[in-house]
Amino acid sequence: MTQTIDDRDIIKALQGGLPITKTPYVEIADALGLSETDLVSRLEVLKSTGVIRRIAAAPNHYKLGMNANGMTVWDVQDDLVAALGAKVGALSFVTHCYERPRALPDWPYNLFAMVHGTSREEVEEKRLEIKTLLGSVCRASDTLYSTRILKKTGLRLRSRE
Amino acid sequence: MTHILDQTDRDLLNRLQDDLPLSHRPFADLALEIGLTENDVLSRIERLKSQGFITRFGPFFDAAAMGGAFCLCAMAVPSAEFETVLTKVNAHDEVAHNYERTHQLNMWFVLATETPEGITATADTIEQETGLIVHRFPKLQEFFIGFRVTA
Repeated sequence: MTQTIDDRDIIKALQGGLPITKTPYVEIADALGLSETDLVSRLEVLKSTGVIRRIAAAPNHYKLGMNANGMTVWDVQDDLVAALGAKVGALSFVTHCYERPRALPDWPYNLFAMVHGTSREEVEEKRLEIKTLLGSVCRASDTLYSTRILKKTGLRLRSRE
Repeated sequence: MTHILDQTDRDLLNRLQDDLPLSHRPFADLALEIGLTENDVLSRIERLKSQGFITRFGPFFDAAAMGGAFCLCAMAVPSAEFETVLTKVNAHDEVAHNYERTHQLNMWFVLATETPEGITATADTIEQETGLIVHRFPKLQEFFIGFRVTA
């Protein structure tokens, strides 16, 4: 049977994870009917185009004692959000930082910074550092702690008909 | 049962959050970098996975670079309906992760779809199924993705 292996097939073969073996790319290549060299060059392209960000471990924050996860949210002036976001994003304890649209009137916040810590007290200390950094430019803020992981699967491609 | 990580596990876990090389023996290359044997690296990764310190090992995909989209969404779910709404929301494959949070907007989930239109379609469907508003917070700018947590 001859079949063209497209990027989607490669992604589907890898979305469950990489085998933890001496030659993981050989195993994936065999499953797809490609040579290891072909698979690796395809993966290099996927990395260069940003489809694959990296091949790495997803750690379980909770198991590592990072039991508190606070999504800190801030209302800052739109014309200053780029400069301030860059500063907040550069803080070592901020794992993700984004500008997002407000949902007025319920949600006045446009800057989101995720902070992990071993306790809520630690997250609160870190939040105060962000607050100090933003100063009077910040008009309102809040911290939303996660109380339960309801789902965590990552990207799943649908099966094609 | 609690498991204790030794310093080698911690060093390995920190290194594993960076990119694995696309080489014939990637774990041997990594082992050389941190002064372990390939077999030791493989058995430690298996153990870290089975003990739950690593939830997944493999490529991190960016749906946007594949022509798709991500969108953070939030809903204010009345507590009496929470489990019913959760079942309906999580039933969608497009819901990649979902967290309960301390706010009136108490359910926060990420939609990952293969097309930008998929976000609107899925969020609208969830609104119809639950009768609740799905607030959409797509990223306008990304400042930094650090990812790493120090073990």
